[in-house]
Parts: sequence; structure tokens; C-alpha cells
Amino acid sequence: MSSAPAPTLEEPFRIPERQHESMVFGLWVFLSTEVLFFGGLFLFYAYFRHFYPAGFFAGARQANPIYGTANTAVLLTSSLTIAMGERAVRARWFRLARWGLSLTVALGLTFIIVKLFEYRSDLREHLLPGHGFSVTGIGAEQFWDFYWVITVIHAIHLSVGIGLVVRLLFLVRGHQLGKRWMTTEVTTIYWHLVDIVWVILYPLIYLVGRGI
Amino acid sequence: MRKEMRHIVLAPVITWVALLALLFTSLGYAYWHAGPEKLVVGLGIAAIKASLIGLIFMELRKSSGLVRMAAAAGLTWLSFLFLLSFADFLTR
Repeated sequence: MSSAPAPTLEEPFRIPERQHESMVFGLWVFLSTEVLFFGGLFLFYAYFRHFYPAGFFAGARQANPIYGTANTAVLLTSSLTIAMGERAVRARWFRLARWGLSLTVALGLTFIIVKLFEYRSDLREHLLPGHGFSVTGIGAEQFWDFYWVITVIHAIHLSVGIGLVVRLLFLVRGHQLGKRWMTTEVTTIYWHLVDIVWVILYPLIYLVGRGI
Repeated sequence: MRKEMRHIVLAPVITWVALLALLFTSLGYAYWHAGPEKLVVGLGIAAIKASLIGLIFMELRKSSGLVRMAAAAGLTWLSFLFLLSFADFLTR
């Protein structure tokens, strides 16, 4: 961290090291609550998978692995671009930083667009639980309850992330990002968590129904 | 300059290649293999991916003890959630 430029200090901090430690610590405390928030939904998944396996797998078979795999690759790549962007900010390579952050926004939007296409195809196949749901058996509807709730919540998290990265792009345009590298760092950590949640979701949604 | 290049470009790119390789490994395994351990393998690979992202991209590898503890706290309480819930579900 020694190569990074002197950051903007916020109240009540007097030294950059303290501010840095507090910002990263505070963000991780928030991320821990996020883990528990998503954890409740994962518990729902584990319960129905354990007690109603037949219907649950019948539901899982309907998930489309092409959209899921493509979107996982998109999100992993966005983690690469934002990691490079963030490291570039600290080294004051602003051209690379701008590229990295812009690509991250583009990849985030790509994810959302692919997701919307996937939702359209799901709706056409009557995979929205409720009247006219196309799979029978207890557990199938619960699989798709999980799918809709958690992917929509994930997409909301990703949209927030896109907004935060766009903010960084404005800061880099105003030449403020060099001093605000801590802001870049915490934004990046948040983005990676959204990626990690998707990495865990990927086998749960798209892989359990394959090859059976 | 060379050291910076390695930190800014090379390390993230190598991590990304490993992440994509793991993604396609888990996809291939899911099609090739049938059985209850498939979910375990899928989640195992996801855990390796999550660790790579956490340790290298999120730089937990270089973080202070306090930050690592905050990160571990979420997982610790998550394990209690699952342990206590299933202790109930499985013994009814």
C-alpha cells in the first residue's frame, strides 16, 4: 500500500492507515451480513433438496445451463477487469483504470441483458411458480421459487454494483480517483462478493439437474 | 515497473484463467457424472473459485487479522444456521 498516493481523509480519521483499515473492516462486516442474508435462502434450498429430492430435481432439470454458464464466464471476467482497474488506480495508471472500470460496467450490463433473455425463455416455458406452472411434484415449485427470488436479488445487487462503478468512472474523469483509491478498493470488494454469490449459485441452479 | 506489471496485470489474468478452467471442469463433470456426489463436487469447485476470488482478487491474503476475522464471521454464523436448523429437521 506504500506506493499508493496520499488519500483524501474523511472525518474522524487523522491518518490514512486508520481510515483504510476502518473502511475495509466496515465493508467486510456488511458483507458478513450479506452472507447470512443469502444464507437463509440457501437453507431453504438445502431443506427442499433434502426432503423432496424427486420433485426438486425435476424442477432443476428445466434450468438452462447455456445462459447460466455464459453468465458465469461474463461475471468472472468482470472480476478480472475490476481487479485490474483497482490495482491500476493504486499505481496511478489511470488509462488502464478507465479501461478496466468501463469494461466492468459493460460486462455487468451484459450479465443483466443475458439474464433478461433467460427470464423470457423461462416464462415461455411456464416456469414461474403459481397458476400454469409446468413441472409437477413437490419440490419443483420450490426450486423455481428459489431461482426467481435469489436471481432477482442477485441482479439487484449487481445493479447497485454497476451504479457504484459508474460513480468511480466519474471520479476518474474529474481526476479525483488517485486520492480516492480506498473508495475504489471497497467498491471492488463489494463487486467480487456479488461474483462469489453467483459462483455458488451456478452449481446449485444449473448443474444439479444435468446428466440424470 | 516489471513488479507493478506482475501485480496489476499478470496475477489477475492467471487467476482469471484458473477460474474459467474450474468453471468448465465443473460443467463437464456435471454432464459426465450422475449421482448424489455431483452436488458436493459442484459446490467444492465453487468453493475453490470463491477462495481464489477472496484471497487474490479481494486481497484477503494480504489483509489484517481484523479484516479476515470479519470475513470469517459471516461463514461461522452461516455454519451455525445450517447446523442448528438441520439438527432440528433431521431429528423430527
